[in-house]
Amino acid sequence: MNAVDHIRAEQPHRAGTAADAIVEVCGVSKRYGSSVEALRDVSLDFPKGQLTSLLGPSGCGKTTLLKIIAGLLEPTAGEIRVKGTKITGPGPERAFVFQDFALMPWATVLRNAAFGLELRDVSKAEREKTAQHYINEVGLAGFEQRYPHELSGGMRQRVGLARALSVNADVLLLDEPFSAVDEQNRRKFQEDLLRLRQVENKTLIFVTHSIEEAVYLSDRIVLLSPRPGRVSDIIEPKISRDRSPDEIRRDPTYLDTVEEIWRGLRAYAD
Amino acid sequence: MTIAGYRIPPLASLLFWALIWEIVGRLHLVFLFPPFSHVVAELGQVLTSSTFRGAALLTLESFFAGLAIAILLGVPLGLLMGMSRTADRLLGMWVNLFVSAPLSALVPVIMILFGMGQATIIVTVTMFAVWIIALDTRAGVRDVPASLIIMARSFGATRRQTLVKIVLMAALPEILAGIRLGVIRGVKGVVIGQLLVSIIGLGELFELYSRNFLMEEFWALTLIIFAFALGAAELVSVLERRIDFYAGARH
Repeated sequence: MNAVDHIRAEQPHRAGTAADAIVEVCGVSKRYGSSVEALRDVSLDFPKGQLTSLLGPSGCGKTTLLKIIAGLLEPTAGEIRVKGTKITGPGPERAFVFQDFALMPWATVLRNAAFGLELRDVSKAEREKTAQHYINEVGLAGFEQRYPHELSGGMRQRVGLARALSVNADVLLLDEPFSAVDEQNRRKFQEDLLRLRQVENKTLIFVTHSIEEAVYLSDRIVLLSPRPGRVSDIIEPKISRDRSPDEIRRDPTYLDTVEEIWRGLRAYAD
Repeated sequence: MTIAGYRIPPLASLLFWALIWEIVGRLHLVFLFPPFSHVVAELGQVLTSSTFRGAALLTLESFFAGLAIAILLGVPLGLLMGMSRTADRLLGMWVNLFVSAPLSALVPVIMILFGMGQATIIVTVTMFAVWIIALDTRAGVRDVPASLIIMARSFGATRRQTLVKIVLMAALPEILAGIRLGVIRGVKGVVIGQLLVSIIGLGELFELYSRNFLMEEFWALTLIIFAFALGAAELVSVLERRIDFYAGARH
């Protein structure tokens, strides 16, 4: 993206480095107790400005990896670097979108969306202005004073997304954000996410178990294999994004990529 | 409640028992029970008497002071037990013991420690109310969704922020339920305390009435205390329902 990033990325910390990585996963392993090995020696780069999906069957440690990147879990071995600096916990350059939304039921949409800024002691007027902007962005204008239980699953996750966008983090970490959202809302939401990406210029790391979703949304797809979780393949779907969603879903490249990944993952189906 | 297709308002059962009371009273079966109508007539007398007003004021003062202390001690105690396993193991047994123990037996001990005055009454109210508040707060804290705490952490919340903005808020319905039960127990505490000390407040009045067999006054006073306990608990539950509305989607 720029010369400085290229030079920095030359650091030979390991093979397979992408050009301008904003998040680097270096030799990460994670064990739970002594018996469960969730991740074994995972090394990965996440290029700036791209949407990378972590895709794999259940038990492949994709959510574990995302939580380690978020700083919510400690790796047993290895480290995470964000913008070249080793992380020790959650940080303002990363924001998390939760599978179960994690909205405060006692707070309005506006306060929920502004909560990240509230924790940073941003003044009420300022944080509500920012939150309002992103509430409009995610298509929830007019729902500011509603409470989460008055919203559908899709709308609740939009609040979660607005909250993550409001803190202006460079990296958005999304943990199966659409798994608790019904099908038609999921499609609409995916389209909105693609549109938002173009406006916001964020790096997105996206955990999903849906092959179609990963191919439809991603610049890169990291395939993880289970027990222990390791990187088995990295795929870059060559699908042009400047067409309508329906055209993309009928594109032969899209369909072929879905098929190819399915063939690779089939072995892990029960 | 419906009987033969008719909806019976909840107050009807009160009326029913009042009627039974009236009949028993009129039959002069037991001198302990004067007719209900006489008791009601005495209510006004009692309420307007200056002895009652002085006693009631003192009682209310002790009650609210004791309750305030119970809340200030019980909520942090419950928070501590809910968040720390060590604290829970150390304190859980005692709190559970006290919540079910016949605390009236302890009042004489409190009397020895705090004297024959208002301090004893306040401590008694606190003793009666604090444990249930702590236990309910603990249950509320245990029920705080883990994902909300992780969410706060991911957005950089400090421990203090997590406690105030997430844990306390999420546990608020249970805390209020605990306070409502604490109010009812506190009324028990204030009456029992004053009866045992028996030289101050309503306890003195009760003593006076019952020793002189002023049963009408005695029952009027009892009714007043019942009404107060129910009214105070109802006030808290109004607050609870408002909170419940906001927390309607808690799972």
